Amino acid sequence: MRKIAIYGKGGIGKSTTTQNTVAGLAEAGKKVLVVGCDPKADSTRLLLGGLAQKTVLDTLREEGEDVELDDVVKLGFGGTRCVESGGPEPGVGCAGRGIITSINLLEQLGAYDDTSEDTDYVFYDVLGDVVCGGFAMPMREGKAQEIYIVCSGEMMAMYAANNISKGIVKFAEAGGVRLGGLICNSRKVDFEQNMIEEFARLLGTQMIHFVPRDNVVQRAEINRKTVIEFEPENNQADEYRELARKIDENKMFVIPKPLEMEQLENLLIQYGLAG
Amino acid sequence: MLLRHTNDTIIEREALTINPAKTCQPVGAMYAALGIHGCLPHSHGSQGCCSYHRSALTRHYKEPVMAATSSFTEGTSVFGGQANLLQAVETIFTVYNPDIIAVHTTCLSETIGDDVNQILQKARDDNYVPEGKFLIHCNTPSYVGSHVTGYANMVTAMVKYFSGKSVTKKNQVNIIAGWCEPSDMREIKNITSIMGIKTILFPDTSDVLDAPLTGHHEFYPKGGVTVPDLVSTGDSRYTIGLGPFCSEDAAVLLENKCKVPFDILNLPIGLEATDKFVMALSKAARVHVPDEITEQRGRLVDMIADMHQYFYGKRVAIFGDPDTVIPLTEFLLSLDMKPVYIVSGTPGNKFGTAMSALLSEKVPEAKFKNGERADMFLLHQWIKQEPVDLIIGNSYGKYIARDENIPLIRVGFPILDRVGHSHFPITGYVGGMNLVVKMLNAILDKEDRECREEKVELTM
Repeated sequence: MRKIAIYGKGGIGKSTTTQNTVAGLAEAGKKVLVVGCDPKADSTRLLLGGLAQKTVLDTLREEGEDVELDDVVKLGFGGTRCVESGGPEPGVGCAGRGIITSINLLEQLGAYDDTSEDTDYVFYDVLGDVVCGGFAMPMREGKAQEIYIVCSGEMMAMYAANNISKGIVKFAEAGGVRLGGLICNSRKVDFEQNMIEEFARLLGTQMIHFVPRDNVVQRAEINRKTVIEFEPENNQADEYRELARKIDENKMFVIPKPLEMEQLENLLIQYGLAG
Repeated sequence: MLLRHTNDTIIEREALTINPAKTCQPVGAMYAALGIHGCLPHSHGSQGCCSYHRSALTRHYKEPVMAATSSFTEGTSVFGGQANLLQAVETIFTVYNPDIIAVHTTCLSETIGDDVNQILQKARDDNYVPEGKFLIHCNTPSYVGSHVTGYANMVTAMVKYFSGKSVTKKNQVNIIAGWCEPSDMREIKNITSIMGIKTILFPDTSDVLDAPLTGHHEFYPKGGVTVPDLVSTGDSRYTIGLGPFCSEDAAVLLENKCKVPFDILNLPIGLEATDKFVMALSKAARVHVPDEITEQRGRLVDMIADMHQYFYGKRVAIFGDPDTVIPLTEFLLSLDMKPVYIVSGTPGNKFGTAMSALLSEKVPEAKFKNGERADMFLLHQWIKQEPVDLIIGNSYGKYIARDENIPLIRVGFPILDRVGHSHFPITGYVGGMNLVVKMLNAILDKEDRECREEKVELTM
């Protein structure tokens, strides 16, 4: 069983990319568990065809600690199992603690026992910025072994990716977590693919796939579906299948070498102004 | 040798505190809240916090200390404590019927950022608070300051919530009590009563935490400052804050809010501090110092004069809370003793300033330190380097006292292994005599026990 966490700047398309990739893996016959770690609880919407999910923390709050796994796991597209951590409403409580609570509870319930043979992949989809210890939970204590960072050629997305890499270094030294690569979710920035390839090289990793921008993603989302389910023949669906295949076959797991701010700015100048 | 691993080599520490000379903020907030009549302290956090704070106070005062808790669970920490606190307010007023609930926070509720002010406003808006009853609160994260900070915060909350200014001034003086024993608060009231001054002492834990055994349990004993009295503090002629660490914030707020001028003094421990207190009272209330007070003072001076030879030059180590330790140091100096080592776990620059002013000329070799790294371990190391004749501090000093064979007199908080502190004051001239007697007994008992046979004297 491979445990994968997806990080990246808020709004970069982590949830969309994760769910489409998971759909690709599911289509290829893999058994996948998706754990949404965002208080908004919208990480599994496309796989489930809506926000019908009762979250782990809602269940914990309403039913106490006698939670059953079946109460919180819902089956989605292609037999994927979907869980949402959930969390407090904006402005109150502690969302970070919510993620810790929820992941611990799932672990206790045996949601991802290493011995369990009915799961090939666990995907953690984590809220944008690793603002506190709670949001680093999926990286801690060997929970996820592989991290993929979704980014684009926009400066702030690369900046966030670099920061997340710093987090990975910290946990990689203590636990076993490694960076599997950058997923470039295109924003149609000039020379985007070349820049991210170079950025990945400097980080010591790879750009595992360049996902082009296509409006079908938006249409599929409006219909609460992944592209693979919504328009399986579309080119974009093939892009996600390709990303799924590359992740499935990936052998490159590294401890990243985060860039200094100056290095990052030089990279942007070199590519961003090259045109 | 319980502390046999302590040696005299002091290594500069950056991150380690060993046997801290302080405790949690909420302990102080809870103690201060008990000085309001009919008040139930409420701890907004997990049950363990509340249990610890209650037991810390119960063990010291030997009285059952009541307090409620928001009983945070894992779910509460994630979703916030509003639901629990609202439920608590409803349950407390229904079942325990206090006049006031004084809420203080804990590390957990502070860290998740619960807005207690907003929650209490909601409780009032949603009619959880019966007519004539009150909710007050203060924030007490324990990773800031110490129990002294928590006490000061709750005292400030009393002013914030209650003090009001009406059209007529009242001929009365506010006294904001720094952290001291019920016996000390009683003694302060004795002094003002002898001087014939109407005062509002707040908080006031006398008749709360030193209540007599009558065979009948009073959930809310008769003592404590009342709400009408707290409201009227805004109309008082003057405010005297006793102990800058505990009372200054409240006094400043009271001046800003109601234009009541103030003076901050030390707690009246010892001759000079009591002199200053009596003179400040006399000035504030425009009364002469009555003979009875002058005679009390005379008896203390007489006792000091009689026994001066046993105090002269004795080296003393002191630890505890700044508001106690500062006037105590001053008193020892007036006895010609040498307070050579002083630590306090409570941070604040005022401590160093006050100590320098007291010690730089009279005992230039004195070492003093406060804040995080000023712990019992450091005090012990200093004592190892050059011993002292007497230790003054709370019960935690007994380990050093035993290992080093130095007499310890128990002053401060907490005292977990002796009684009397709640009943015999150390404030005022009477309290000064109590202190003199305690110190003499400790020093002379050791002398009698250990001196060479030919040196044993019947008359001392």
